[in-house]
Amino acid sequence: MSELKELEKKEAAFAFGKKERKLLTDPLNDNNPITVQVLGICSALAVTTLLDKALVMSIAVVFVCAFANLIISVLRNSIPKSVRMIVQLVAIAFLVTVVELILKAINYPIYVELSVFIGLIITNCIIMGRLEAFAMANGPWKSFLDGIGNGIGYGIILIIVAAIRELFGKGTLLGYTILGDWYTPNGLMVLFPSAMFVIGILIWIHRSWNRNLIDVS
Amino acid sequence: MHSTRSTIVFVFAMTSIVALVLAFLFNGLKGTHERNEAVYNKKAILSAIETELGESIDEMSDDRAEEIFSTKIKQAVVTVTGDEVEESFVADRYKGGKAENIDLKKEKKLADDEKILPVFEYKSDAGKTYYIASVRGSGLWDDIWGYVALEDDLNTVSGIAFGHKGETPGLGAEIKDSAYFKSQFKGKKIYNENGEFVSIYVRKGGAKDPVHEVDGISGATITADGVTEMLDRGLKYYESYFKTLKG
Repeated sequence: MSELKELEKKEAAFAFGKKERKLLTDPLNDNNPITVQVLGICSALAVTTLLDKALVMSIAVVFVCAFANLIISVLRNSIPKSVRMIVQLVAIAFLVTVVELILKAINYPIYVELSVFIGLIITNCIIMGRLEAFAMANGPWKSFLDGIGNGIGYGIILIIVAAIRELFGKGTLLGYTILGDWYTPNGLMVLFPSAMFVIGILIWIHRSWNRNLIDVS
Repeated sequence: MHSTRSTIVFVFAMTSIVALVLAFLFNGLKGTHERNEAVYNKKAILSAIETELGESIDEMSDDRAEEIFSTKIKQAVVTVTGDEVEESFVADRYKGGKAENIDLKKEKKLADDEKILPVFEYKSDAGKTYYIASVRGSGLWDDIWGYVALEDDLNTVSGIAFGHKGETPGLGAEIKDSAYFKSQFKGKKIYNENGEFVSIYVRKGGAKDPVHEVDGISGATITADGVTEMLDRGLKYYESYFKTLKG
């Protein structure tokens, strides 16, 4: 009898139902790490000048966030409370170093341009936030999905901001000229303040469009 | 609850595992990393003579870059006084002992009489010789560097390539990304009519002297000043060597 229960539990552990889907889609919209929780703003300012950098950064963050959540969730019952934060940092730093080493081996030019920012994923508040808020209290599978969801939620905003900034700042997308010679590039768009404006406007649009986010009080 | 002992054991075990995995990964990928870095360097040097090669560096395969480098480029290492340096001497400082192995970042910190400088000589199919000099300076945030290709009169610039560690994309980084900025250097001269060294000046607000000045980049004055300073100081180191070449 107890074995049967155990089996059921195992099946449920890898299920992909409504709850699990919500883990993936929630951070994309209702609980977006950037536009709703306003986390990870620092890197959203720094790596959104060009679209290709934002893309690589997004992939890296999805990877780190998902696997950091997974590792911490697996270890969550054996991590001593007093060194909880340090253990989380070790897991994140480990994954970031792995990303760096792999990127250096597959695409050296992108690695050269992004190396500083890849290292700074360690300090991305979204990842630490998810470890503390979710992975420490939930099972590995759910945590993994939550990590992917939040990574993508972060990546989507990064890509939108980068597309706007590259298009109006340089007249190109992914290096290809979109706006022709008639367009004078807007120098402000390549500077950091423009990311503030763009993210601010995105938050405004997002909140007035999504009824769940309208503050009734 | 965890005792102090079990906490220490946990942390020790975790960091050991992490360190071990990373060490294996690092060693496993080391060869690929080194090759990538070498090819990246070679492509950066070759981009100074991109028009002479008639091939796009961006689309060039890694093997092709290495082939050009080993068959068409002659490397030499010289001192500030213009003497050529033996390979064994260079090998003491840099693994490989060739001009391509020299790290100008380290050379920049040395006293002038201890410096060694790389020279790359390229003979085109048409029989013309080009010399590529390597320079390094500081931009706004971090180091910038450049490769200057000179024609065989050792005065006229035939092409130039820049690199940077952390200049602002769209502003300072334009020294590397903007084709227009680099194209301006073509045909500029580093000596005046009297044969005095004047270098090339990046002028804010637009070039005034058509022979020795190029337009600056708006919003990137400090990086542009860095380029001016780098070219002036960096090319001056080669002066004696150029004199001996001219005979």
